[in-house]
Amino acid sequence: MEKRELICIGCPLGCPVTVTMDAGEVVKVEGNTCKRGDDYARKEVTNPTRIVTSTVMVEGGRDVTVSVKTRSDIPKGKIFECVKSLKGVTVQAPVRIGDVIVENSAGTGVDIIATSNVEAK
Amino acid sequence: MKAYDIVIIGGGPAGLAAAVAARKSGVDSILILERDKELGGILNQCIHNGFGLHTFKEELTGPEYAARFIDQVKELQIEYKLHTMVMDISHDKVVTAMNREEGMFTIQAKAVILAMGCRERSRGALNIPGYRPAGIYSAGTAQRLVNREGFMPGREVVILGSGDIGLIMARRMTFEGAKVKVVAELMPYSGGLKRNIVQCLDDYDIPLKLSHTVVEIRGKERLTGITIAEVDSKGKPIPGTEEDYDCDTLLLSVGLIPENELSRGAGVEMSPITSGPVVNESLETNIEGVFACGNVLHVHDLVDFVSEEAGAAGKNAALYVQGLRTEAAGKEIRLNPIEGVRYTVPSTIRPDQMDDKLTVRFRVGGVYKNCYISVYFDDERVLHRKRPVVAPGEMEEIKLEKAKLLSYPDLKTITVKIEEA
Amino acid sequence: MYDVIIIGAGVSGAASARELSRYQVNVCVLEKEEDVCCGTSKANSAIVHAGYDAANGSLMAKLNVQGNKMMEQLSRDLDFEFIQNGSLVVCTEEENRPGLEALLERGIQNGVEGLRIVERDELVEMEPNISDQAVAALYAPTGGIVCPFNLNIALAENACTNGVEFKFNTQVENIEKIDGGFRLTTNQGDYEAKCVVNAAGVYADQIHNMVSEKKISIIPRRGDYCLLDKTAGQHVKRTIFALPGKYGKGILVSPTVHGNLIVGPTAIDIEEKEGTNTTRAGLDEVITKCANTVKNVPLRQVITSFAGLRAHEAGHEFIIEELPEAPGFVDCAGIESPGLTSSPAIGCMVADIVKGILDLKENPNFVGTRKGVLNPEKLSIEERNSLIKEQPAYGNIICRCEMVTEGEILDAIHRPLGARSLDGVKRRTRAGMGRCQAGFCSPRTMEILSRELGMDMMEITKSGGESKIVVGINKDRI
Repeated sequence: MEKRELICIGCPLGCPVTVTMDAGEVVKVEGNTCKRGDDYARKEVTNPTRIVTSTVMVEGGRDVTVSVKTRSDIPKGKIFECVKSLKGVTVQAPVRIGDVIVENSAGTGVDIIATSNVEAK
Repeated sequence: MKAYDIVIIGGGPAGLAAAVAARKSGVDSILILERDKELGGILNQCIHNGFGLHTFKEELTGPEYAARFIDQVKELQIEYKLHTMVMDISHDKVVTAMNREEGMFTIQAKAVILAMGCRERSRGALNIPGYRPAGIYSAGTAQRLVNREGFMPGREVVILGSGDIGLIMARRMTFEGAKVKVVAELMPYSGGLKRNIVQCLDDYDIPLKLSHTVVEIRGKERLTGITIAEVDSKGKPIPGTEEDYDCDTLLLSVGLIPENELSRGAGVEMSPITSGPVVNESLETNIEGVFACGNVLHVHDLVDFVSEEAGAAGKNAALYVQGLRTEAAGKEIRLNPIEGVRYTVPSTIRPDQMDDKLTVRFRVGGVYKNCYISVYFDDERVLHRKRPVVAPGEMEEIKLEKAKLLSYPDLKTITVKIEEA
Repeated sequence: MYDVIIIGAGVSGAASARELSRYQVNVCVLEKEEDVCCGTSKANSAIVHAGYDAANGSLMAKLNVQGNKMMEQLSRDLDFEFIQNGSLVVCTEEENRPGLEALLERGIQNGVEGLRIVERDELVEMEPNISDQAVAALYAPTGGIVCPFNLNIALAENACTNGVEFKFNTQVENIEKIDGGFRLTTNQGDYEAKCVVNAAGVYADQIHNMVSEKKISIIPRRGDYCLLDKTAGQHVKRTIFALPGKYGKGILVSPTVHGNLIVGPTAIDIEEKEGTNTTRAGLDEVITKCANTVKNVPLRQVITSFAGLRAHEAGHEFIIEELPEAPGFVDCAGIESPGLTSSPAIGCMVADIVKGILDLKENPNFVGTRKGVLNPEKLSIEERNSLIKEQPAYGNIICRCEMVTEGEILDAIHRPLGARSLDGVKRRTRAGMGRCQAGFCSPRTMEILSRELGMDMMEITKSGGESKIVVGINKDRI
């Protein structure tokens, strides 16, 4: 049996939640005061994921950078690999929101897309 | 002199939402004045996600959220001027502005919507002793350098203040290759959203030291280190608790101040608590036809609520210029924030002028667990809502119904307070 | 070989350079920092003292009164901000009244005009926020306030225009006597001059001691200050000093020429000549003691705090003389308060000494006036609009707190001895000096500096040396 301590982000209360696991399965969730805490804790211990946001450089644009994000959330453990896939990446203006900047980032199957518009100079 | 029905000062989230709402309420003559090179305000540098859950029911980044409103402004063909600094607003709503192409010019507005946003408190305001080297930035300045210009302000970072921008920048600097060593917070609780503490600090093992502050700054040219110390209940550093950190960067996320120099110049009455204008149910200031919304009115945590508030200001300004407001009977109810509630926006309500439902926003002055948010109509308690926790970092709201207010013809004061269980 | 090398581009060095540029003389100023006005001259009370403070018959008293009398004309000639707002030395205990009268007497002896004692009723009328304990004050109508940066910068620029060379980032490491003059070893190579002026501020002892066996010692006397927002600038109209009493010298409260309120300084003797760090104790002292003379100082409006070092010499007297043991070497040392006030007179005195050594002829091409960075706020709207039409940069606000335009920043960069750093721009234009303390404008000012000077953004500094603002590009170390 393995115990994981978490803080629920569902509301400002920030309940300290303890999740008991056995062979990768959630056995028990304690400390939460509502259903949201239970849901959050189960996801967080079995498959924690995050949206990753960053920037890449732009050439020939009115801005020198464009903001980007993973199109959907990726495994938490892949965050730094994902950011690293953006190192040295430069795109040409114009860039539109939703343009794919890096395909299948860090083998997650998730593309990195632009989140802002950069007009050509 | 040029003339517009509504002139909106600021093209950030508040100004944009106000403009859209005013146009949708039927006002043709609207002008947004924006000092930056683009619309969208500070959202353009807030590249993290978490915006829009309330407004668009999906999670957007700052620039995406801004783009949704910018697109509407363009579709609705609302006029705007970029690179344009408003220099003055007069009591009779003459707006003086300046840009490169037109020089200084004046505009007569029938209504003005103040949407200038806020600025960050600086090191100076904290009076932290020590040297004054390079390497000390407000979190927002660092955010601009990293996110808009692609530059690293430093490599080894300490953050003072756990406001949301500071937390967001802790993660952001970590992604870009900096080492964030610690976040120190003067108060015994964080000033930021719980979500940001978990996802920006805990995820990256960045320690948060509550009840700590920076007591010394070292480095003559570039910052070389700082000392933090624990503080007592009065915020005074406790001798013997000092800890030195080597770092080349200190980010400050120590509070936001509504940017009201123009409002003061116009003669708008200000609240010493929010540092924003005092407004009534219509978000109208003491000057008839001058409205305020967003962070210039009071600092928000979530842009969604800025948009909502600004939408109300835009609609109310439209009703004003269209002459569609019902004649006010003169009855004004005072909102009375006490016992844990620091302020309310609005601070007065004219029941005959309010919408069917009115959102009253407020902040509390401390962390209260298992408490009740209570509303009293004069001496009668009309709301007693249980809350597991309320905290200064998260804005609260209650909704008041017009029908209910009208059913209390002698009502003079609505008291909002925190009652502990 | 130069005729004259001046060590230090603070206000004394710059004033000396400017006065010497009236003559046909080959002058070079060596400054260890990246700009003029980087030491004592940039961090002080910015007061033009009337002259009642210094001992009767002292050089300090003489140059103070002379400098005070010269300041107004100089401010017009060289276009820097100077306001004769008057000063008050406030007595808060009846028993200290003799001290007030002694000060009056000393002032009269020193030749200060218009001094008189005002009683409480008049005092309250003059300054409604004066302390409830105030019983009387010495009023000095000739007291004033000045922009210390622009006084220093104006003197240096004018000297430069009249042919004086300035070498920055040049630190004098050794001086040796050679035939017909001196050889100065610096971090940037050797320089030779017939005559050397030592205007090295807190380092004047080290420079002096390189050529003289009669050692002097300059003690950096640190003063902490708080600067308040312009919303507090009207709290007092005059400069309010405390009558020195049992609590020591006291803290002054004064408006600045730019409309802020300044409160300070403390006085702590330290060893470290670069020790310009404020301390908790110092700032607390400023905050507490200012209430002795002025009530309800709105300390929540503090926008910044800083510390300056006075170049204090044990004898508390200006040392301005050619050294008998090193002919051709002129000390301009121990220039502490009222050094800023005295600077125009110090410049004249130094020039006179050098003139006596080198037999100088007048420079027929000397131009005694200079225009400062144009402040568009002083123009009418029509004038401003025609300026913007000609130079659109004047329509672009960069610093929103102080409303400084791109045009002013360009002017500051491209004028003689122009700005090369954020602080250089700040001292010349006030960009970054307002309530947000450069949070908003610094990235924008950096871009302008980078563009105009052809410098990489990573080379832009706050104040020269290693004070870089950005240290790399995103992801460069991952």
